[in-house]
Amino acid sequence: MQTHHSYWLAFKSVYTKDVTLAFRQRAEIVNPLLFFLIVITLFPLAIGPEPALLTRIAPGIIWVAALLSTMLGLDKLFRDDYNDGSLEQLIASPYPLSLSVLAKVAAHWTVSGLPMVLLAPLFALLMNLETQSLNATVLTLLIGTPLLSFIGAIGAGLTVALQKGGILMSLLVLPLYIPVLIFATSAIDTSSMSLAYGGQLAILGAMLAVAIVAAPIAISSALRVSVS
Amino acid sequence: MWKWLHPYAKAERAYQLCNTLLPYFAVIAVVGLLVGWVWGLAYAPADYQQKDSYRIIFIHVPSAIWSMGAYSSMAIAAIIALVWQIRNAELAVISIAPVGAAMTAIALITGAAWGKPMWGAWWVWDARLTSELILLFLYFGVLSLYHAFEDKKSGGRAACILAIVGVVNLPIIHFSVEWWNTLHQGSTITKFDTSAIDPSMLWPLLINIVAFAGVLGVVTLIRLKNEILRCEQHRPWVRELVNRG
Repeated sequence: MQTHHSYWLAFKSVYTKDVTLAFRQRAEIVNPLLFFLIVITLFPLAIGPEPALLTRIAPGIIWVAALLSTMLGLDKLFRDDYNDGSLEQLIASPYPLSLSVLAKVAAHWTVSGLPMVLLAPLFALLMNLETQSLNATVLTLLIGTPLLSFIGAIGAGLTVALQKGGILMSLLVLPLYIPVLIFATSAIDTSSMSLAYGGQLAILGAMLAVAIVAAPIAISSALRVSVS
Repeated sequence: MWKWLHPYAKAERAYQLCNTLLPYFAVIAVVGLLVGWVWGLAYAPADYQQKDSYRIIFIHVPSAIWSMGAYSSMAIAAIIALVWQIRNAELAVISIAPVGAAMTAIALITGAAWGKPMWGAWWVWDARLTSELILLFLYFGVLSLYHAFEDKKSGGRAACILAIVGVVNLPIIHFSVEWWNTLHQGSTITKFDTSAIDPSMLWPLLINIVAFAGVLGVVTLIRLKNEILRCEQHRPWVRELVNRG
C-alpha cells in the first residue's frame, strides 16, 4: 500500500477527530455557552436593569464573558490527548506538530468560539445593544474568538502536564487577552456612536494573522516541554 | 561571539563569572545608592510645586525603568536558553524574574504613594499604571508556572517559553493600553519631560538609575549562584566548594 503524505489530510483528520469527539460529548459544547449566558444574566441583576446603563456596559460584559467561557474549554484542549498518550503520537508523527496544533486550535474554535458568534445577536438583545452595534459585536467575536483560542492554547500547552493546571492557565493567559479585549470592546463602542470601526477590526485581524503564524510554533514547543 | 560565550554554558565557569561580576555590581549598588539617595533626598532642591514629596521620584523612576529592563533581560536569557539549549540561561531567567517582579511592585507602590498627594487618588487607570500592573501579572505568570512544575528542568523551559510569549505581547499590550486610555480618559498628568527637569534633580536621578541597575545585578547574581549550586549539587566541584568552606 502506498502511503500518501498530505498535510491537508493530516490537518483534516486531527480536526475531524476533535470535532467529532466534542459532538459526542455535547455537554462540553453546551456548558461553556450556558456559562456565557449565565454570566451575562448576572450583570443586569448585580448592576441594575436600566436599559441605558446596560447599553453602555454591554460590549465589555459580552467580551469579558466570552473570555471566561473560552477559558473553560481550553483546559480540556490537550488534557485528554495528554492523558491517553495521543499527544505523544502527534509529536512522533511525521507531520509537523504545528500543523496538528493548528488543527486542534481550529477544532476548539469550531466548538467554543463559533457558537458564541452565532449566539451573539441573542446576547446583544439581552443587553439592550442597538441594532447598529449588532454587526460590530458579531464581527469582533468572529475575528476575536479564534485569537482567544490561539493565545489560550499556548497557556494550555504549557500547563497540560500539571495536575492543577486550570487556574494557573487563566493566570498566564488572561493578561495576554487584554489587547483583544480593548480593541474588540472599543469597536463595539465606536459602532454604537455610528462611527466607522474598521480600524479596530483591522488591528484585530492583524493580531489574528500574527497568531495564526506564530502561535502554533509557541504551542508546539510548549507541548514538547510538557511531554518530555 | 559563540567562542566567547561557549565556556559559560558550563555551570562552574558561569559560577565563577558570577563571583567575578558580583563585587563590581555591589560597588555600583552601594556607592550609587548612598550618593544618589543622600543627594536626592537631602541636597537636591525641593520642587516649586510638589515641594518635598517629589523626592519619591528617586525611587519610583529607577524601579520603573528596571522593572522593564529586567523583563527584557529575562526574555533575552530565555531566547538564549531555548535556542542554544543553555541550562544556565534558564537559571538566569528564574533568577531575574522575582527581582523584576519586586522592582515592578516597588514602582507600583511608590507610584501609588506619590499619586495620593498629587492626584488625590492611590490609583488611577492611567496607561502607564495599567501597563505596569499587567507587567506584574506577567512576572507572576512566569514565576508561578516555574514553581508549578515538579521537574524543575521542564519548569525552567516552560517559563522561558512564557517569557518569550510575554515579551512579544508586551509592546502590543502597552500600545493597546495607551490607545484605550486616550480613548476613554485623558485627564491625568503623568507626562513629565525629562528634558525639562533641572540638572540639580537630574543628576541624582541618573545616579539612582545606575544604582538600581547595580541592585538588580547584585540580587540576580546572588540568586543565580544559588540556583547553579542547587542544580549542580551532585557535581564534584560543588562538593569541593562546600568542603573548602
